[in-house]
Amino acid sequence: MSAPNKSYDPVEVEALKPEVVEQARDEAFAAFAAAADLDALKQAKVAHTGDRSPLALANREIGALPPHAKAAAGKLIGQARGAVNQALARRQTELEAERDARVLVEEAVDVTLPYDRAPRGARHPLTTMAERIEDTFVAMGYEVASGPEVEAEWLNFDALNLHPDHPARSMQDTFFVQAPDGSADSGVVLRTQTSPVQIRTMLDRQPPLYAVSPGRVYRTDELDATHTPVFRQVEGLAVDEGITFADLKGTIEVLVEKLIGGHLELRWRPSYFPFTEPSAEVDLQCFVCRGESVGNPDRPCRTCSSEGWIELGGCGVVNPRVLVAAGVDPNRYSGFAFGLGLERILMNRHNVADMRDMVEGDVRFTLPFGMEI
Amino acid sequence: MRVPLSWLREYVDLPAGETGRDVAARLVRAGLEVETVEQLGGDLKGPLVVGEVLSIEELSGFKKPIRHCFVNVGDANGTGEPQEIVCGATNFQVGDKVVVVLPGAVLPGPFPIAARQTYGHTSAGMICSARELGMGDDHNGILVLESHLEPGTDAIELLQLVDEVLDIAVTPDRGYCLSMRGVAREAAAAYGLPLADPALLDVPPANAFGYPVKVADPAGCDRFVARTVTGVDPAAKSPIWLQRRLQKSGIRPVSLTVDITNYVMLEVGQPLHAYDRGRVQGTILVRRAEEGETLTTLDGIKRKLSAEDLLICDDSGPIGLAGVMGGATTEIIDPVLDPETGEVTGSTEVVIEAAHFDPISVARTAKRHKLPSEASKRFERGVDPEAARAAAQRAVDLLVLIAAGTAEAGVTDIAAPRPMRTIAIGADLPDRVAGTEYGRETVTRRLQEIGCSVVGADVLEVTPPSWRPDLTDPYDLAEEVIRLEGYDNVPARMPNVPPGRGLTEAQRFHRRVGIALAGAGYVEINAYPFIGEAAFDGLGLEKDDERRRTVKLVNPLNDEEPALRTTLLPGLLGALRRNVGRGNTDLALFETGTVFLPKAELTVAPRLSVERRPTEQELAELNAALPDQPRRVAVALAGERQPSGWWGKGVPSGWADAVEAARTVARAANLELTVRQAQRAPWHPGRCAELLVDGRVVGHAGELHPRVVKALHLPERTSAMEIDLDLLLADGVRKVSGPAVSAYPVATQDVALIVGSEVPAAEVEAALREGAGALLESIRLFDVFTGEQAGEGKKSLAYSLRFRAADRTLTADEASAARESAVAAAAERTGAVLRGA
Ligand SMILES: [Zn+2]
Repeated sequence: MSAPNKSYDPVEVEALKPEVVEQARDEAFAAFAAAADLDALKQAKVAHTGDRSPLALANREIGALPPHAKAAAGKLIGQARGAVNQALARRQTELEAERDARVLVEEAVDVTLPYDRAPRGARHPLTTMAERIEDTFVAMGYEVASGPEVEAEWLNFDALNLHPDHPARSMQDTFFVQAPDGSADSGVVLRTQTSPVQIRTMLDRQPPLYAVSPGRVYRTDELDATHTPVFRQVEGLAVDEGITFADLKGTIEVLVEKLIGGHLELRWRPSYFPFTEPSAEVDLQCFVCRGESVGNPDRPCRTCSSEGWIELGGCGVVNPRVLVAAGVDPNRYSGFAFGLGLERILMNRHNVADMRDMVEGDVRFTLPFGMEI
Repeated sequence: MRVPLSWLREYVDLPAGETGRDVAARLVRAGLEVETVEQLGGDLKGPLVVGEVLSIEELSGFKKPIRHCFVNVGDANGTGEPQEIVCGATNFQVGDKVVVVLPGAVLPGPFPIAARQTYGHTSAGMICSARELGMGDDHNGILVLESHLEPGTDAIELLQLVDEVLDIAVTPDRGYCLSMRGVAREAAAAYGLPLADPALLDVPPANAFGYPVKVADPAGCDRFVARTVTGVDPAAKSPIWLQRRLQKSGIRPVSLTVDITNYVMLEVGQPLHAYDRGRVQGTILVRRAEEGETLTTLDGIKRKLSAEDLLICDDSGPIGLAGVMGGATTEIIDPVLDPETGEVTGSTEVVIEAAHFDPISVARTAKRHKLPSEASKRFERGVDPEAARAAAQRAVDLLVLIAAGTAEAGVTDIAAPRPMRTIAIGADLPDRVAGTEYGRETVTRRLQEIGCSVVGADVLEVTPPSWRPDLTDPYDLAEEVIRLEGYDNVPARMPNVPPGRGLTEAQRFHRRVGIALAGAGYVEINAYPFIGEAAFDGLGLEKDDERRRTVKLVNPLNDEEPALRTTLLPGLLGALRRNVGRGNTDLALFETGTVFLPKAELTVAPRLSVERRPTEQELAELNAALPDQPRRVAVALAGERQPSGWWGKGVPSGWADAVEAARTVARAANLELTVRQAQRAPWHPGRCAELLVDGRVVGHAGELHPRVVKALHLPERTSAMEIDLDLLLADGVRKVSGPAVSAYPVATQDVALIVGSEVPAAEVEAALREGAGALLESIRLFDVFTGEQAGEGKKSLAYSLRFRAADRTLTADEASAARESAVAAAAERTGAVLRGA
């Protein structure tokens, strides 16, 4: 480096001559352009913008110039260095883009590879079906009630107007619980229906009462394609002032519409249950044949056995005797109740052919149903 | 109840074109459950005619007897010449009238008939058996007809082979529909047509010289009609029409007298009993049995009687179980043909009983002796007491008509006074029950249609007919009106439901448990709750394990599984094994459900009144007799939890997954689960975790004991968890208060501690946590190892501690101080030593 010199002529400093500066600049441009990859560019960068590069060295000479010459020289060098840096950045961007394009291609994978690493689970369709029905009623303002599966005979039968000698009581094939002395006189059974929950609900508090109650019930049937000794019902109960059969019809219609769709006909048949009066069985038009298999041997329907209808369940206006036993004033209140078989709804709504599939717990049956139904 | 349409038409003049299905649809809408409509002779096609056997040539040289016959079929074959037929049956002779099917006809099957060569002769048709004609399965031989029939007569019409039969499942309240009379009444109402009531007969009044009868128990028997017919021809057979009606109704023809009693029962619903008068000794007496008495019933079984059984007796003792089954000693003797003389012997004097018995008494006796009969079925559901006289008369008439008997003039009719049942019903009650408007006129008309007498205006005084014992209160009557008006005509409306509370906290929790476990890869199953000792033995439970104390069933489906589960594991492991057996090897299953735990003190549930609400005390007694039924959740795992794949090696499932499943469940209630080493069957003694919430033990988890795995044929290293959801949620879902999130930088410090290998990691972590103080944000165990580097009987636990302050950036000194304090606490409480120190 030269020492400051007041009479020094900048033109006399070789490194600051415009043609030398221009040459250094152009050499830098050429070197950048010639750099084939980022490593080469890095070397060119050191050579042409580093501390030992010609322009950096030239820059240092400015300090030794007389004040009047500094501005012009500074401008000259500054412009050259600016142009070099711009060219470097441009080339850097170009080369990075080239590299990225190359590397990302190399990193490509087969996104169709299967990935069953996390185990898949599912809820049982009977559970989710019960919840779906619960939700339909909860949205109407109902509550979800429950009761014990091992139940007092009084609640399962007597309070429901099925006295001990009632013929309907022998229709239901009941599992009896052993008394402490080993006899059958325990007064306790496996509930044959969810209806005792009606009684418990009414015993619990006074109307208005609107409740649904899904649960397991038991009958002494052997397991086969259409029977199971342990199955599920959903019980519904409404007790309020002025409840009528018409309210029952409206409610069941809404349920069917939400559950299956409103495009199928319902058939209301008078029937008999000791705990309701009038009593009805509700049939749903067969969704497979829509009744066209009836009396038509060329088009038999397995789903409805060519009867055109599928039983949904039983229902009716609560027998006032039941209200009395449960402590509800039948002169002030009336009610309706219904009981639906969940297995049957599932079989029909989802084309399940064999009851055993719902019982045996084979994961291949349950998995496709996932988390919701 | 099987109802032949042709028979039904005798009482209701149904429109001519009406099919069985049409009638069934009407009856269904009126509340009769028509299960099937059977088409009899649907594919039958004639000519099918009466033939007279002219000659029989027995062919020999074949494996079975073969007959070559000529049969006169009148002009039915178009020629009038005898028809040549080869036949393989032998129960007919020359001169017999038989049924002949001619070529071109089609028998039920369908089975087309053509002339063919067989056994060296032409066979132009067939001589038919009852079975071939679709008349019932019990007759293999040729059907031999009454001798007066004209050859060539159309047999399809004669034998009423084409008909439709409605099979009706009669509900217990409609006992009257266990008769043609009752079904006809419903059909008449459904079509708005008049009914020809078969019980409207002229009956002579009771007198003093009928067969002597005494009723000692008028509560059990409030009506007893007895009629006598003498001079009955034992050779008389039931005519074809009678046999056919019985067959179509599902009752096998036996002998004329028995057939007639069955026929009348089907027709008017009154069960009858016929006694051989010569075998009855003295006065017929109706009384209760004495304990220890015996009776041999018609089916030949000697029965020990209970003091509650109502009996029919004579001077010799019991001769029948009233309303259930008669006794063997006085039954009608089946006609027997003496082959020497050709004479037929059998009962010639018959006493007909038409009585009315208490439904409950009959039901109990039938149940006690396991003897459900056609009679008891009807008495249980209520028989019309006023039909007894007509029914007896009908049977007498038929015996006179068919068997050339003579009706004795004596008529016994003992009737206990019957209170008039009158029900007051507001004329608007049907409207209020149905939620529509019928009006008083409709209500009155409909009640009259079912046989009620009705008087009054706003309040109707209704007297139900004698055949409707089920009509006892105003609501019964309202139901009749609504039913007959049609449920389809009731409008649909929605009730005004007040706002509900939605699902309860527990219900939402139960759903979250299922969702969380399914989300964690578990598949839900529902096992039966039936269980036996073998399941407990398989689990390796000690003899005095509390889980062996079960609720037992009187009538289990399977004697090997007579009890209800006290743990979900057997059912769950059974499902696991079934899945493995079907080739599903990597399994994670769960079940939620109740278990049944007997109370410490066992009691009997009282039978309470139904006339009023039970008292709280009574309800408490009721509930005290029920077992505890807590809700549980359990999981079982086997195989790989994560499969191997292109990404690398898989992870086998194990004890840690089972414990984690419990944490998953607890998190559904925002609860922190703590875990303690434990020993409990059926788990591996070194790999069993006791699960606690707030110090309460709520369940167990871990790997199953190898012996259990072997005994239950499970995959190796099967793991399981069971947790009590009621206990878990005893204090409800934990309410979370929102944490203050600090934005200051975190200071992370790692510590590696050497502890005795028996020291639980959970204790070390708890000590570190407490020692670290408020600045500790989180702590995580990231490495565990044992071996040389840790030292004999030691293990190394490496933790990462994250410190952060709410209000400032921590200095290195502060973080180090907190870490040292944590280590000091661990050292003090667990003997931990810093590794390398
Ligand atoms: Zn169908």
